Amino acid sequence: MLQEDHFFNKYYTTYLTMSFPSHQPNQLKDTHITLAHGSGGKAMGDLIKHIFVNSFDNPILSLLEDQATLNLANLTQQGDRLAFTTDSYVVDPLFFPGSDIGELAINGTINDLAVSGAKPLYLSCGVILEEGLPVDTLRRVVTSMKLAAQKAKVQIITGDTKVVHRGAADKLFINTTGIGVISPGINISAHNIQVGDAVIINGELGNHGAAILIARGELALETNIESDCQPLHYLVEHILNVCPQVHAMRDATRGGLATVLNEFALTSHVGIRLYEEFIPVRQEVQGICEILGLDPLYLANEGKLVVVVASDHAENVLSAMKSHPGGKNACVIGEVIASPPGLVLLKTAFGTERILDMLVGEQLPRIC
Amino acid sequence: MKYVDEFREPEKAAALSQHITKLCHELKKPLKIMEVCGGHTHAIFKYGIQDILPRSLEFIHGPGCPVCVMPKGRLDDAIAISQNHQVILATFGDTMRVPGSRTNLLQAKATGADIRMVYSPLDSLQIARENPDKEIVFFALGFETTAPSTAFTILQAAAENITNFSMFSNHVLVIPAIQQLLESPDLQVDGFIGPGHVSMVIGTDPYHFIAQTYHKPVVISGFEPLDILQSIWMLLLQLTQNRCQVENQYHRLVHPEGNTIALQAINQVFAVRKNFNWRGLGDIPNSGLKIRPEYAQFDAEIKFTLPNLQVADHKACQCGEILKGVLKPWQCKVFATACTPETPLGTCMVSSEGACAAYYKYGRFAQTNHRQKLDHGHG
Repeated sequence: MLQEDHFFNKYYTTYLTMSFPSHQPNQLKDTHITLAHGSGGKAMGDLIKHIFVNSFDNPILSLLEDQATLNLANLTQQGDRLAFTTDSYVVDPLFFPGSDIGELAINGTINDLAVSGAKPLYLSCGVILEEGLPVDTLRRVVTSMKLAAQKAKVQIITGDTKVVHRGAADKLFINTTGIGVISPGINISAHNIQVGDAVIINGELGNHGAAILIARGELALETNIESDCQPLHYLVEHILNVCPQVHAMRDATRGGLATVLNEFALTSHVGIRLYEEFIPVRQEVQGICEILGLDPLYLANEGKLVVVVASDHAENVLSAMKSHPGGKNACVIGEVIASPPGLVLLKTAFGTERILDMLVGEQLPRIC
Repeated sequence: MKYVDEFREPEKAAALSQHITKLCHELKKPLKIMEVCGGHTHAIFKYGIQDILPRSLEFIHGPGCPVCVMPKGRLDDAIAISQNHQVILATFGDTMRVPGSRTNLLQAKATGADIRMVYSPLDSLQIARENPDKEIVFFALGFETTAPSTAFTILQAAAENITNFSMFSNHVLVIPAIQQLLESPDLQVDGFIGPGHVSMVIGTDPYHFIAQTYHKPVVISGFEPLDILQSIWMLLLQLTQNRCQVENQYHRLVHPEGNTIALQAINQVFAVRKNFNWRGLGDIPNSGLKIRPEYAQFDAEIKFTLPNLQVADHKACQCGEILKGVLKPWQCKVFATACTPETPLGTCMVSSEGACAAYYKYGRFAQTNHRQKLDHGHG
C-alpha cells in the first residue's frame, strides 16, 4: 500500500502540471461553462461524458442511468452494516497548498465513513457550477477527484451537474455522498467513551486551516504550510486490526480538535483533560496563531483522526498508528475523566487548568 | 518558538509564583490588582495565571477592551452607514458580533450590507483603490495602540488623494478612563498593571499622576505569562517597600517617551473630543479621538448623516460595575444565563478580551471554588 501511495502522489503531481490542449479529439471544445452545460441537452451530455465519465471511469457510472445499482450480496459479504454520509465542499480558494477542493471532496466524505470503522466503497458526486467557470478549472478539480478516489480505492458511481447564473454560486461547489461497509463486531461511537480512556491524535493540528488562511492572501504572509488532506480509512483499518474495541473516533475538521472533544464530552457525559505540552502543532502554525490571536486547537484539519481507546489498549494503538504513514506523528494527548461532565479541560504548561470551550461562531482575529 | 517560548517557561513561572506568594504573606492582607488592558485579561485566563497565585491576590479586570466599551449608539451608527448601497464598511473581526440596540454587523452583513473584515486599516484603503465606484468606510476603533495605523491610513489616503474613502472614528484614550476610575469612590485597587501596547505608543510619562496623585503603584507589562507574573511581583515589591512608582517591565518594547512618530501621526490627524460615551462607564471627558477639520473629507461623521443617538445599556446588564471592578463577572445577574457569548447583552461578553467572555470561556469550572470563597467573603 505504501508503494501505491507513492505512485499516486507522484502521478498526481505530474498530472496536475500537464496542460490540457483543447484541440484533441474526444475533448470538450468549450473553454468556459455556460448555462447550456446545465440545460440537459447536448452540451451537458458532452460535459458529463468528457469531463466526469471519462475521468471517474467505472462500469456502474458508464451505464449512465439515473441511478447506480449496487449488488447487495457483494455488500453483505463485506460486512453487516452500511455506513452512509454526505458532505458539501465550498472551500475558497479552490486550490491551496497541499490540496484542492476535488481531493477534499473525496477524502472528506471517505473520512466521515472511515471513523465509524467502515470500509468506504462508493461515492456520488454532485457539482454546482457557476456560469463562466473555466473548463480547465473544472477539469483540474475532476482529475484531482479521480486520483484521490483511485488512491483510496473507492468508485464514484453516480452524479449530477447543475449550472447556475454568474454570481449565484462561487465558482464551483461539490457534494459527495458515500457508502461504506462495517465489519461485524466493530462498534465505534461517541456514546462508548469511558472514564479512564486515552485520547490519541495522529499528528500535527491546524495545518489545513492555516494553509487556507494563507492561501486567501489577505495576510501577506509566506509560509510552507500545506493542508493535511488525506484519506484516513487505511489508518483506521490498521488500528482496528490491532484493537477492534476502539471506543470512539472522529476526524477533526471544522472547529478543530477542541470541537470534536467537546462533542465527545457532551455525548458521553464525561470530562476530558488535555495536556497542552503533548499536543503537536507545527511552529509555523503556532506562529500564525500568535500573530492573529487564533487558537490552533480550533483550526480545521482534513486528515486528523482523534481516537478514544481504553487505556490498556493505548500503547498498542499508538504504536500501530506510528507505524502507518498517516499516523507517524501520533501521540497520546489526554484522558477521559469523570468530572466535570460535558467539559474539556486543558492542562497548560504551567500546570494550571482552564476550560477548552465550544467555539461561538467563527474564530475572529483580535484587534490588539 | 523564539521570542515566545522563553516567556512561557514553566520553571520560571513556578519561581515567580513562589516569590509572589512570599510577598503576599508578608503583606498579610487581601490584594486587588487591576489589569487595565483586555489583552492582559485574555492572557491571564488563557494561561490560567490565577491558578498559580495565592488566593489573597485578586485581579480586577479593567476597562481596556476597546470593543467592550463601544456604546450601542455608535454600533447603530456604523450599521446605519453600512445600509447605504454605495458603501463598503470595513472593520476588524471582533467588532462583528458586538450588539447594537437592535442588531449587529454580522446580521447586517447577512441581510445584504457589504461589510468586510480586514486585518489592518490599510487593507480598507486597498479596497477603496479597487472599488472606485464605491464609498469605503473604515469603522475605526481601539485605544492608542490602533490609532496610529488609522492615522497613517488617513495620511496615505490624503497623499494619494483617494476620494472614496472615509473613517468612522471611535478611538478612545486609556488615561482619561483610568482617571475616571480612580475618582470613583467604590474602586478598591492596590495597584495597576499598565497596558503594554498602549504604552509602546504613549510611553510611561502619562501614568505618573496615578502614583503621584492617587498613590497607586503602576507596572507596565508585556503580555506573555512570565511578563505578567514578573509585573505582579514588581507591584508587590513596591507595596512591601512602601514605594509608589511607575515601573516598566515591558522595556523590550516600551520606551519612556513612547513612539514619537506614532504620536505625531495621531496628533496630526486626530483631535480630542470634549466627551465620549463609554459603554458601562458613561460619559468620560476628553476620552475620544475625532478627525481634525483639515481631514474632514475623510470623516464619515461629516460625510454621512448618522442617527447619532445615545442608547442606554440593557437594564439587566451590569457591565459598568464589572468594568469598575465592583462586581466579578459571575456576580452579574445575567452572567451565563441571559448573557452568554452566543447572545451577549453586554459587550464584556462579546470580545475574547472582555472580562465576562474570558470567565465564560476559560474560567467557569476552575474558578468555582475560588468564586464561592469570594462570594462568601473569605477572599
